[in-house]
Amino acid sequence: MKYIVKRLLGTIPIVLGVSLLLYIMLNIVPGDPVALMMGEHVNADTIERVRARMHLDDPLLVRFSKYVLDALKGDLGYSYKLKREVSTLIWQAFPNTAILAVAGAMVSWIIGIPAGVISAVRKNSAVDYGVMTFALIGVSMPVFWSGLLFQYFFGLKLKWLPISGFDGLNIKYIIMPAIVLGWSSAATIARLTRSSLLEVMSADYIRTAREKGLLRYQVVMRHALKNAFLPVLTVMTIQIASLLSGAVITETIFGIPGIGRIAVSAIQTRDMPLLQGSVMFTTILIILGNLVADILYGFLDPRIKYN
Amino acid sequence: MIQKTQFFKEIALESKLGRLTPFGFGRKRLKYMMSVEATEAGKNSDLDASKDSKSSKSSKTSKSSKMPSSEQPPRDAEDLVTDEGFWQALFKSIYRDKKALVGLIMVSLFILIALFAPWIVPHDPYAVDMEKVLTAPNKAYVIGTDFLGRDILSRIIYGARISLMIGLVPTLISLAIGTFLGMVSGYFGGKVDYVIMRLADVCMAFPSLLLAMVVMYTLGASLFNIFIALSIVNWGSTSRIVRAQTLSIKEKEFVEAARSIGVGRFKILWRHILPNCIPSLIVLFTLSVPEAIMSEASLSFLGVGAQPPTPSWGLMISRGKEFLFSSPWVAITPGIAIFLVVIAFNFIGDGLRDALDPYTKH
Repeated sequence: MKYIVKRLLGTIPIVLGVSLLLYIMLNIVPGDPVALMMGEHVNADTIERVRARMHLDDPLLVRFSKYVLDALKGDLGYSYKLKREVSTLIWQAFPNTAILAVAGAMVSWIIGIPAGVISAVRKNSAVDYGVMTFALIGVSMPVFWSGLLFQYFFGLKLKWLPISGFDGLNIKYIIMPAIVLGWSSAATIARLTRSSLLEVMSADYIRTAREKGLLRYQVVMRHALKNAFLPVLTVMTIQIASLLSGAVITETIFGIPGIGRIAVSAIQTRDMPLLQGSVMFTTILIILGNLVADILYGFLDPRIKYN
Repeated sequence: MIQKTQFFKEIALESKLGRLTPFGFGRKRLKYMMSVEATEAGKNSDLDASKDSKSSKSSKTSKSSKMPSSEQPPRDAEDLVTDEGFWQALFKSIYRDKKALVGLIMVSLFILIALFAPWIVPHDPYAVDMEKVLTAPNKAYVIGTDFLGRDILSRIIYGARISLMIGLVPTLISLAIGTFLGMVSGYFGGKVDYVIMRLADVCMAFPSLLLAMVVMYTLGASLFNIFIALSIVNWGSTSRIVRAQTLSIKEKEFVEAARSIGVGRFKILWRHILPNCIPSLIVLFTLSVPEAIMSEASLSFLGVGAQPPTPSWGLMISRGKEFLFSSPWVAITPGIAIFLVVIAFNFIGDGLRDALDPYTKH
């Protein structure tokens, strides 16, 4: 319990540091945001007034602390281009990204864990080499490229699935992006499951179980997997990061209105508050994910004692 | 006692010689060291010196040879990896690991293609020919032309140059930054350590693609800015690993010895700590190169990286995806190039990690 509080407190400076770094990077951009927002035909007076209203002439740190205080109240500023609250835009987009990320994670578990178990049980066999090479191929394929391949074969040639678009929980639209997104994570999970299962399998209690006359698959299923899962679990939460940043590309390819696409379009239209809000939101989500992972890990593995 | 003095002498000698490279235990240097030692021995008529040089020679050139333990100077396991035998072992392990060998061949091919691009391209990669727009693959244009009638094969070959540069330069820079900060952080400790590590925490909290996107927003989208973005985004994990190694190495006797004879702190970092971090750095490097190539391709694909008409692979896919359904070769083929290069580096990285990295060894 003490650990949890300590860990929570330790997260605060990181979150602050992340937002400060982001804020500085985005606010030293040359160019006047007011001019950008209002177009070309405004007189100097109006610009002056808007600048004052947006507190653009205050020192950077003053503006930053104001931004943080507003952000705590759920106000992330006002989009230059879309003329709407950034927080509203993000809350509208978030469920879509969440659906995609969860689906991607499920794909990666469904493929990754069995693949890892099989190759660990059949260590150094042709199956093992096959699975591991396949995993390496999965890691090496650029997400945007495999996405296009899927679109071409399953969307255009075989006509199994819609090529792009999004429709809430309609599974048809989710399958392809989820597979594309989960693929590389699946490879990572497979490799990790394999190595951690191999490590557990060499432990004494596994040998005892085998010598008691238990069948090989019983030992793997009942005794080994439970302990081999711990490191895999950590990776699953670290996965949040790769899933969310992979979602940037997947959403762009498949036209899913999620946070990643907001960020990309914000860069293209030079919409600073929107970019700042979406990146900040994603990053904090990832930090919280890691926090949960750490705490969960402590609960599940009683051997770990935090001081 | 003799062992200890011999050991101190060796270290004192090392810090006297100004020409140490990071891989300073190679054969050439050993010869040089021995010649210096021999002349010194002659001058001082020190009887022990020649014997010492013999024993140090045999312990260095053949680490597997079994010597009487009393004569063997106290050498640490980490010290041995910077030995001559280290590179031999490295290449041997690559040679034995078929996957790594295949990767090495593919990477060499990729580097050759990138170097000799101007001489092997069948067409000018920038030449627009509106009469041959989106030609399907044929004899003259082996993998067809794009939406401006440019030969895709030539563009892919030129793209290899960009990918090679992106793979090597920012990776080396960010490794250098990470190594320096990691060593300083681990060796100096205290407030310096705290500040650097918190900075690393903050940098690592960002997903690197998003951070690179933000940097690109600040700097503006161009190929050169990708170099900068990728150089400053990924140093965090390197610094963590190097810091951990520095912490363990700095407790070793040879560092203590160097410190006790008054070698400067940065000299110790450069001469004693850095060489012992090299194995991990090599693994990190080979695993970071494909990441950098992939990042560049992703950024360019999203339109925040290289700008047209640069023949960047990511950009080619991005522009080609509009014609995916009518002329799929435009978008698909550059992806094959990315895939092959990335998997080649991953093959090598995997092999090296198994061979070198003490942390993942089973």
